[in-house]
Amino acid sequence: MTGFRSPAGGRIDRSKPVRFTFDGRQMHGHAGDTLASALLANGIHLVGRSFKYHRPRGILSAGAEEPNALVTIDRGGGRETPNLRATQVELHEGLVARSQNRFPGLRFDIGSINNAFSRFLGAGFYYKTFMGPRALGGAKLWARLFEPAIRRAAGLGKAPAGPDPDRYANRFAHCEVLVIGGGEAGLAEALRRSEDPACRVMLCDEQAELGGWMLVEAPERADEMVEALAARPNVTLLPRSQAFGAYAQNFVAIAQQLADPLALPDPDSPRERLWQVRAGEVVLASGAIERPLVFPDNDLPGILLAGAAETYLRRYGVLVGRKIAVLTACDSAYGAAFALQDAGAEIVAIAETRAAPGAGEMAACAIARGIPVLPATTIIGTTGHLRVSGILLGRLRPDGTAEPSGGFPADTVLMSGGWTPSIHLFSQTKGKLRWDEALGAYVPAAPAPGQAIRVSGAAAGEMPAGMCSRALGALPVPGSPDRVKAFVDFQNDVTARDLRLATREGFRSIEHVKRYTTTGMATDQGKTSNLNSLGIVAAETGRSVPEIGLTTFRAPYTPVTFGLFAGQARGDLFDPVRRTPMHDWAERNGAVFEDVGSWKRAHYFLPRRPVDPAASGHAAMHEAVQAECRKVREAVGLFDASTLGKIEFVGPDAAEFLERAYVNPVKGLGIGRCRYAVLLNEAGFIIDDGIIARLAEDRFHVTTTTGGAARVFGMFEDYLQTEWPELKVWQTSVTEHWAVIAVQGPRAREIIADLVEGIDLSDAAFPHMAVREGRIAGMPCRLFRVSFTGEFGYEINIPAGLALPLWEKLAERAAEFGGGPYGTEAMHILRAEKGYIIVGQETDGTMTPDDVGLGKAIGRKKPDFIGKRGLMRPDLVAPGRKQLVGLVAEDRSRVLEEGAQIVPDSLAPAGTHALGHVTSAYASAALGHGFALAVVEDGRSRLGQVLHVPMERETIAVRVVEPVFLDPEGKRLHG
Amino acid sequence: MLLIRCPYCGMDRPEIEFRHAGAAHITRPGPPDRVTDEEWAAFLYLRDNPKGRVAERWRHIHGCGRFFNAVRDTVTDVFVVTYKAGEPRPPESLAPEALTPEARP
Repeated sequence: MTGFRSPAGGRIDRSKPVRFTFDGRQMHGHAGDTLASALLANGIHLVGRSFKYHRPRGILSAGAEEPNALVTIDRGGGRETPNLRATQVELHEGLVARSQNRFPGLRFDIGSINNAFSRFLGAGFYYKTFMGPRALGGAKLWARLFEPAIRRAAGLGKAPAGPDPDRYANRFAHCEVLVIGGGEAGLAEALRRSEDPACRVMLCDEQAELGGWMLVEAPERADEMVEALAARPNVTLLPRSQAFGAYAQNFVAIAQQLADPLALPDPDSPRERLWQVRAGEVVLASGAIERPLVFPDNDLPGILLAGAAETYLRRYGVLVGRKIAVLTACDSAYGAAFALQDAGAEIVAIAETRAAPGAGEMAACAIARGIPVLPATTIIGTTGHLRVSGILLGRLRPDGTAEPSGGFPADTVLMSGGWTPSIHLFSQTKGKLRWDEALGAYVPAAPAPGQAIRVSGAAAGEMPAGMCSRALGALPVPGSPDRVKAFVDFQNDVTARDLRLATREGFRSIEHVKRYTTTGMATDQGKTSNLNSLGIVAAETGRSVPEIGLTTFRAPYTPVTFGLFAGQARGDLFDPVRRTPMHDWAERNGAVFEDVGSWKRAHYFLPRRPVDPAASGHAAMHEAVQAECRKVREAVGLFDASTLGKIEFVGPDAAEFLERAYVNPVKGLGIGRCRYAVLLNEAGFIIDDGIIARLAEDRFHVTTTTGGAARVFGMFEDYLQTEWPELKVWQTSVTEHWAVIAVQGPRAREIIADLVEGIDLSDAAFPHMAVREGRIAGMPCRLFRVSFTGEFGYEINIPAGLALPLWEKLAERAAEFGGGPYGTEAMHILRAEKGYIIVGQETDGTMTPDDVGLGKAIGRKKPDFIGKRGLMRPDLVAPGRKQLVGLVAEDRSRVLEEGAQIVPDSLAPAGTHALGHVTSAYASAALGHGFALAVVEDGRSRLGQVLHVPMERETIAVRVVEPVFLDPEGKRLHG
Repeated sequence: MLLIRCPYCGMDRPEIEFRHAGAAHITRPGPPDRVTDEEWAAFLYLRDNPKGRVAERWRHIHGCGRFFNAVRDTVTDVFVVTYKAGEPRPPESLAPEALTPEARP
């Protein structure tokens, strides 16, 4: 074996070598390795540059808590993921990994000049300097030049530029018990609870292999337990699955890695799956995380946690170094030292921060092994640049200071400041924590009310005394502690000095210290740093750690990809698209669609597509729309109005309900008759309109606007259920049941006449605003004699599944008569020529029926209707309200801009009070000029006046006219 | 994601099935010609925004479709109790078994 691989042992498969590259360098590892263990086996500790100072950084840990070893994994084809923890990345053949935040390279990084200026980059640096110091050319130059450079220099990996080509899945699950953590405590809990075959148990763990620390210490036992669990049908095991968020009522979010890392990404299978699990009970067995010790230059590559070193040796068969020094505040580091010594490494010394190391048993053992044990000793400095080469020791004096006491050469330093129970998820559920003085850590006290969450094992503080340490905070150094860099938060480059500075500057609350120094705010969420920062702030402010309090734990526990949250809701699946039965026909016949709510509607038809739509798009649209309008006015047009909302009301009180809902009188509406109806909110403002058609004494067919359908239906449901529950009426949404084909124009009757059965189409028998049920082309229909164009016409309601053949037949006939389909743009022009409003265009939530000229529709004699009292409010009856009018520019060819403001004076200075605004404006083929609808203060008393529309470069003079431009007598309507 | 008990379905269902529908126990005054401007303005616009327990309307829109009422704590986001539309707001001293598990003392 080359490098640092031990000759035997560990969970890796030594028969399966795996090739990978790191920063382009080809290397080998084994199946079962993580990227971190494989790099260490190749003797590589230096894997990244730090966030702010660009200091060389190595691998600190062996798990999810890793703050330093963040890498970009490039799986090819745009599958690039930054900021992955090398300690969690499973090695596979051909893996491509890159280090981050360095230029031009990892070993020589220009950004490391920041380290020399670190005095100026300390706590609150952003707050202090990003305001723009005068000395550097003032705020402007600063913002343009210096700030972007500084922001570029700080950072982690780069987000990939292209869209994520991977797929992500989502799954909901329920179980009686969810166990989080696959270590000894979790597996034991799962075994115990799953003895009852009716108890569904799920167990998740972030690692590929279940077993936790047992994989280091007792792998056979882990295998036995996992095998026993896997054999039980009521158990679901989720390896590679990180529980990252715990919420109210035992709800847990889990990110599961799915794609087999040993295989190439399969485009048909998702890469990750989001599990949303509702459990009867949550058992948190998330273990404990070892704390670093805070001494000068403790971030140099080659310095790592003792437990991680033991993991690398015993689980992965990797020696982290050959000449190893240990600094510890508890007994657990001895195990690592002994194991490494047995594997052939030299342990140069064990420095003990304790004056009397434990019960002395471990120390005696070490001495028996020939390892020097130095009580009351700390590290006061290190040598080496890209890798530690030696340590300088200091003797701790009883008064809390340190004096230099020699040193050792060493290529590796193991440290252990004790272990912190992982209570993040418990705390996320608002569970109460308790400070345990003996453990030197917070442990769970009581779950929040109603939460069935129990913490088990090391996460609950159930740890051997040898894992505990009360040593929190920074270790003493000779002289001023502010001269050295002793890192607390490795990922955000926060030193003990930064924390002390923050408290000196007056920050007392730990939440403020956290935000000011950014300690614990990196993507690792301070897993290794929180307690040490509490210890430093406590020491500095003369308070105890529990008096300082704890910062809030928030999801996600480890970073989660955006793709996981998006799931399948991307691209076409982001939002459902609604298409009418005529959609495909329209598409084949040159329709250009527009989005109306979630509907696709034919905006206009381009029978011959222009060669270059960008160049001639607008002109082509104008031409097409004008032609469509002419066809309707001169022959016949077909319009797909299927998107209109439709509600059927049935019941003895149907008429009473509609009478109370709409402004119009409804009870007197005859069977077979229709009425244009306006709907208000209780404030008195128009919110929707449509047609009420009475099919029978107790049955109505009511239309709503396309966009308002769901809202109106919901509002009616509210009134039916809660305001007038005594009314016997049932409403059903039939929007998608009926397709609607509007046939409009002077030839409308001719093209449908011989298709209709059972309905007398004569004007006398079937006048304007009437409805009949019958058959058309052999298919059942509800035929409306209504018009939104001002032309004679029908709206044919036909079951959606039967609509397309009828449309095709009518389209053929229309073409024979010189007509054809028209889209929503032509529809808008045709209705505006008649002064018909569109809710949401002429109205904006502040318009009353009278404002838009529909005052006569109101049933004045009705005792009540929705909005009746609102209409009586003083400001709704006061003079000066905006009223719907027509506008024609004095230069009649002009088409105004919708939304343009209207002022009385051509020379009105900026800031002049606007009288109103243009709501609709078009060029009209029928009129031969441009025209507009507008709302103008006291508009109806201004007919004939000339007003002005100020635009960017000119002011357009306009004349106020009646809002009905075409056929005010309605001759065309009645045929 | 919270679980909310629909008093009509009698089941705890995930919050994505529900939609908030404003303050509860707001009476629509009438008849219109007997209502003062002040009363109407209060009905339209004036709502309490207390810290603590509030009575709200919710709709089980992606379930049974019914509107119902709920007492919710705006500090803890705990649903204390849910009840049918038209029923009075339950007294503060409800028996623990009437409360959701989260709201029990």
